[in-house]
Amino acid sequence: MTTIFGINLFALFGQLLVGLINGSFYALLSLGLAIIFGLLKIINFAQGALYMLGAFCALLALKYLGINYWYALILVPIAVGIVGILMERFLIRPIANEDHLYSLLLTFGLALIIQGAFTHAFGSSGLSYSIPEELKGGIRLPFMYLPNYRAWIIVASIITCVGTWWMIEKTRLGAYLRAGTENPKLMQAFGINVPLLVTLTFGFGVALAGFAGVMAAPVYSVSPDMGSNILIVVFAIVVIGGMGSIGGAIITGLGMGIIEGLTKYFYPEASNTIIFLVMVVVLLLKPAGLFGKEA
Amino acid sequence: MKTIKTSLLTKIAYGVMSASLSLNVLAASDGKVKIGVLADMGGTYADICGKGCVTATEMAIEDFGGEVLGKKIELVSADSQLKPDIASSIARKWVESEDVDTIGGLVSSAVSGAVSKVNLDNKKITLISGSASNSFTTDACNAYNVHWTYNVEAMANGTVKPMVESGKKNWFFITADYSFGHSLESVATTVITEKGGKVVGGVRAPLGTTDFSSYVLQAQASGADVVALANAGNDTVNALKAASEFGLTDQMDIAGLLVFTQNSQAMDPSVAAGMRLTTGFYWDMDDQARQWSARFEERHGGIPSMIHAGIYSATMHYLNSVKAVGTDESEAVIKHMKQNKPNDFFARNAELRGDGRMVHDMLYVEIKKASERKNKNDIYTILKIIPANEAYAPMLPQCDFS
Repeated sequence: MTTIFGINLFALFGQLLVGLINGSFYALLSLGLAIIFGLLKIINFAQGALYMLGAFCALLALKYLGINYWYALILVPIAVGIVGILMERFLIRPIANEDHLYSLLLTFGLALIIQGAFTHAFGSSGLSYSIPEELKGGIRLPFMYLPNYRAWIIVASIITCVGTWWMIEKTRLGAYLRAGTENPKLMQAFGINVPLLVTLTFGFGVALAGFAGVMAAPVYSVSPDMGSNILIVVFAIVVIGGMGSIGGAIITGLGMGIIEGLTKYFYPEASNTIIFLVMVVVLLLKPAGLFGKEA
Repeated sequence: MKTIKTSLLTKIAYGVMSASLSLNVLAASDGKVKIGVLADMGGTYADICGKGCVTATEMAIEDFGGEVLGKKIELVSADSQLKPDIASSIARKWVESEDVDTIGGLVSSAVSGAVSKVNLDNKKITLISGSASNSFTTDACNAYNVHWTYNVEAMANGTVKPMVESGKKNWFFITADYSFGHSLESVATTVITEKGGKVVGGVRAPLGTTDFSSYVLQAQASGADVVALANAGNDTVNALKAASEFGLTDQMDIAGLLVFTQNSQAMDPSVAAGMRLTTGFYWDMDDQARQWSARFEERHGGIPSMIHAGIYSATMHYLNSVKAVGTDESEAVIKHMKQNKPNDFFARNAELRGDGRMVHDMLYVEIKKASERKNKNDIYTILKIIPANEAYAPMLPQCDFS
């Protein structure tokens, strides 16, 4: 076997690939958060609960309506997005002019309510969702066995991330959006309906969480606390990447996945903490985050 | 000013002293049995011992007839939130000022440890039905601990021993990185080495890890025969999912060291089928068990975990002893509990030993394939009944309080 410095290279490649898979998950989740956080300045603590909602929706849609994975991939984000739009319109907007702390507390409370309701209805043990037939099995690489579904996660996540980044940074719609959040009064004077833009953006950011939930359902246990477990990590990633930087969230998501993967190999006990350690170091050296603009 | 302060202090001190004295008098024997149930109402273990633990205790009280020593039996319950500090303050309030005679339920070893200490100070019986650690009858044993249902030794003996004996000598551990996981791993390791096997590697995964693929790859590279999951709840489910996805289940055997009925139900049969594990109870084991489980299911909306069945059995044995000795005074009750063997749909060939360990026959089961299941509750095939004395380790002399 090929080894370098006493480390088995094959094993290392395996860990790097697994890290990349997890990283694409993080990227997908932090993307939605970065959009809401960066463009709308709303700290959405309910993002984790909405991710869980996405996973449950996929599961329930299959069980009761016979909607398969592929349709769920499109329909569930729309449904979750609508929940987000209602949330923004009726709960968040009334306190939009208050301190950011208000929206944080509101969404945190909502997250607890949603999670509590699901624990009450479905129990805490979680439910299972099968990997779709088309993606079962895997490819045997020289250094590891790569399940098809995991490969699909990387592909789907990169397409979604790049597409979203392109839409916000490179298109006219994205330009309106960035301008509308930068200077709402001026944009409204130009005849742009800024409140509608804000609602739709929030809905889109939330829909991404729903999408991630559907992606996660086949590989993780679908349980009410799946969202709260991952939310803090994802927040840390957004902070490391730089608040408001869409590209930063994507790149940091992937990078953190790899760093966490390596930690799981060299010192697994620290794998839960490593991302926060990176966050501390980054905040000390570059308070605005890796890709954030200094205020 | 100084004198006022002093006299005020003295008054408070007198007040506290007389209050605690009168409480002690009350606690000694008020002739009324009050049972407290501490469970996890909304956390990870809510399904295995949450509302269901309260329901099972209610059933025991009703089946007993609702009253003992000529007075109605009372039940109080609370959410431990799986936090030892919260559990400990609730327990203190119950036993010190609300005349609670015994506290049952108790899922998570950290919670049970905290409550056991409070109860020891107040000479009250702790009916541990949901925790795994064996410390309550070893290094933290005391005269008031009663440990029902199962413990880490029974799990390791039940699941690990037959596998090592069948020639699976090399083991790899994926362990939950906290006290429960560590003790499960160490007990299992002892069994493995005693039987001539060896541990070729292991990883400690933080509690609540969602992605186990990295650990699965390490297990794959270790060349072990068996990968032991020394974790519980969603950790086990997620680890098994990853193991199946990465093809580990085709190369190696997986041993789930602590799997509850609810977790087995939550797992995809195509992933979990064939996995062998040990349990203290299975609803479909015989007519007696089926009858009780059907009643439980009707009230609770789901089949019982071994903890649900265990807390019923423990409560029943406690109440029977109170009735027999004619007092709710702890020393007399626990003595009777230890001298008389419990026997019901849960407790088979059972005995409450001097150290407070309730030993009983355990079941070695295999998870059924989807095609073998008649309905959603039909999840296990019973392979073997493990006799009580083989399942549990012998009593330590220093912990014999009989």
